Amino acid sequence: MSIIPLYFAIPLITAFAIPLLGKISKTLVWIVATVVSFVLFILALYGIALTQETSMIVYRMGNWPPPLGIVMAFDSFSAFMVLVISIIVFSGCFFSLRYIGHFTGQWKFYTLYMLITAGMMGIAITGDLFNMFVFLEIAAISSYCLVAFGVDAEELEASFKYMVMGEIGGLTFLLAIALLYAKTSTLNLADISNTISSIGMTPFFWTILGMLLFAFSIKAALVPFHTWLPDAHPAAPAPVSSLLSGIFIKVLGIYTTARIVFNIFGLNRANAPVFFNILIGIGLLSIAWAGLSALNQKDYKRLLGYSTVSQIGYIMVGFGIGNYYGVAGAIFYILAHALGKGLLFLTSGSVVHRTGTRDLDKLAGLGEAMSTTAWSYRFGALSLIGLPPLVGFFAKLFIVLGAIKAGLLWLAIIAIGLSVLTLSYLLKIENSVFMKKGKMADIKKAPFSMRIAMVFLVILVLLTGLGFQTLMDFLIGPAANALLRGVEYAQLVFGSFSLNF
Amino acid sequence: MTIFVFCIALFLIGLYAIVTKRNLIKIIIGFALIEYSVNLLFALIGFRRGALAPIITKVHSAHNFVDPIPQALVLTAIVIALGTTAVMLAIALRIYERYKTFDIAKIKKLKG
Repeated sequence: MSIIPLYFAIPLITAFAIPLLGKISKTLVWIVATVVSFVLFILALYGIALTQETSMIVYRMGNWPPPLGIVMAFDSFSAFMVLVISIIVFSGCFFSLRYIGHFTGQWKFYTLYMLITAGMMGIAITGDLFNMFVFLEIAAISSYCLVAFGVDAEELEASFKYMVMGEIGGLTFLLAIALLYAKTSTLNLADISNTISSIGMTPFFWTILGMLLFAFSIKAALVPFHTWLPDAHPAAPAPVSSLLSGIFIKVLGIYTTARIVFNIFGLNRANAPVFFNILIGIGLLSIAWAGLSALNQKDYKRLLGYSTVSQIGYIMVGFGIGNYYGVAGAIFYILAHALGKGLLFLTSGSVVHRTGTRDLDKLAGLGEAMSTTAWSYRFGALSLIGLPPLVGFFAKLFIVLGAIKAGLLWLAIIAIGLSVLTLSYLLKIENSVFMKKGKMADIKKAPFSMRIAMVFLVILVLLTGLGFQTLMDFLIGPAANALLRGVEYAQLVFGSFSLNF
Repeated sequence: MTIFVFCIALFLIGLYAIVTKRNLIKIIIGFALIEYSVNLLFALIGFRRGALAPIITKVHSAHNFVDPIPQALVLTAIVIALGTTAVMLAIALRIYERYKTFDIAKIKKLKG
């Protein structure tokens, strides 16, 4: 019995069990969702232990051998994504207990939350292109509903805007799948990879790669396709913002891009320098453009939304550099940004919960009244800015090292220089919300469950920073190697099978 | 080759509707057009002229069959398209309740 399908089966079953439990008790639903996300976290740790022994675990759905049936291909990079997903899902779920309290129909929230989890887990472990599309749509449709969960005018507007952009991306992905199927007659990622290596990169495949990059750039909110994110992520309830900004866009946009570029199309910096320079270009544009826009924001969560777009740019630059350090840095950045931005959105949630506003001009003097929240914000922000020994520093360090090793000294300098933007917009919140003297009427501390969720992430930010060498050996390094082994992915998936048609 | 061109033309017509139309319902119709174009493309990819249904019996040997996989994919894609269209229409209706209009030029409470 393999545990691989459990990653998406458990949240999927929970999602459909919750409506039944919702009739009994509201708290019971929360307990079930939290316990399930904790179980996923334990399973994710076990998955990492498994990938230390074998580099690729293949699960065949219904025991059909590839390429006939759908396979789940679980390698180190998948294991890494599963772990990050489960961390953010767990902390968000814990945080939701009090935050969701004022909404009606709470069980609907947890159902959608579990569906989004199932969709993301599915994308991270699937080895089949159409299956990836199905999971992507499960996650995307649930996220549209969660963004509109408050059904206020702004939230509905944001959700519709997000849905229009997101569906253009999703349907372009489907069109690309159709064209790819017409050429290769297979949907199995490993088999597509084999076919492409035997035919070579024809202009037709480049066109398809362009379409896929377009679709995933929308999902990952890279400039110039980012316009939906600063509306949609702030409109969602805070735990969902934390989930969407922390991990959702990375699974739907970044993971898929990296997997398809490196393992399926078998590209690397040596055989496709122009394509990788385009990735670097998109990344730098995102960092600079969204960073500058973030400076003008007057809304707590909207500022964090622009910040997300800007930080995603760093991850893209890391993959664009394309050597071991660059890719490892990008993967490290996925972890650092998930923890950091997840934490920042949770602090915005507890501030909104206690004060009822997210306008930076109205908020003041919360540094003493909500000290746990303030210190959590400081740790998250310092990690994103890149202060040693927090995790964000090592992520940036590896990207810069990668740039220097690839002979792109100018890129290293620009990447460091642009961190000033991160520093200045994150200080803006610190100044106006936590440092500025001022009296807001009877502000209480954040509720206990919210503080637990925030402290959990703060501890992880500290631990992952202090133990970066261990992480590098057991988690990030293997994940980077899994990407950099390129089309060898196909041989690992097929393993001992060979079917001739 | 022709089928590719026509399906992509239909795709672009849908994209044109989404980008230029100001009415929410017309935008959703644009999505429906895109979904039709992709589903049609899938069905046509699997088509073979004069081929048989893909059922292997003792009488028919295993060649010249229609490719059954795109048909299975189209079914799944239709269900997903149904889901997205339903969510879109539901949200469009809620927007109409709040703003009393379907015109996207008048639905702009969000800044920048």
